[in-house]
Amino acid sequence: MRERQVSRGARRAREFEAFVAGAAGRLLHAATLLTAEAPDDNPRARRLLTLALAHTYACWDRLRGEDPYDRTRRHLATRFAREAWHRRGGPGRTRRRPPGTLASLAPQERLVVVLRLYEGVAEEQAAALLGLPADRVRVLCDRAIAALTHPAGRPAPAVRGTEVASS
Amino acid sequence: MNRTEREAAVRRLLEQRPPQVPVELYDDVVRRGERVLRRRTAARRVMWLVLFAAAVAFTVWALTVRPWVEPPSQTTPPVSGW
Repeated sequence: MRERQVSRGARRAREFEAFVAGAAGRLLHAATLLTAEAPDDNPRARRLLTLALAHTYACWDRLRGEDPYDRTRRHLATRFAREAWHRRGGPGRTRRRPPGTLASLAPQERLVVVLRLYEGVAEEQAAALLGLPADRVRVLCDRAIAALTHPAGRPAPAVRGTEVASS
Repeated sequence: MNRTEREAAVRRLLEQRPPQVPVELYDDVVRRGERVLRRRTAARRVMWLVLFAAAVAFTVWALTVRPWVEPPSQTTPPVSGW
């Protein structure tokens, strides 16, 4: 009995290590994009990823055929959304501009862009994950794409809205 | 530029400069994950312990108080010898 438990633990550790080796790079990139940190200085993204992977580790035996990558990504996204919501009105509002690629976007726009374009999650799934209507996700994605492709001088929201609707 | 081209441009932008995965990440993850598992086990143990203690307390109370036995009457004196 004890031996079987030990061997199961070893197999579990091997499987999990292989999963982390394969998925950590991509997930860390996604997390760094989310937090808009520089690629070589991303403590927040590392923390997010560590917590999400630890959660996956804890429920590794109860996945029952579910994709661990998807599970980790979902946990990462919801945790980031919650953190962004909490720091929105926090005391430290004097924030310096983060140096990352998506620094010009709001946290929610970053989430949508990363999920839709970097991770290739379907619109409905992203909407369900974020608790938003699918239309809202599409609008956020369009707005973020517009802001990223024309970085100089983001147009006013009303103008941008008609532009998106007409195209 | 149409929508697909713009999406492709943003995708290319996103793929730039991937960060290095730190070597200590795996150990951190396992340490934290083990801690979560340990906490869950402890919580489960405490739950069972409380449940067991409640069951024992109820049994002892029921056996000493015997709430199913009809209490002796307080108003009518016991009738005997008629």
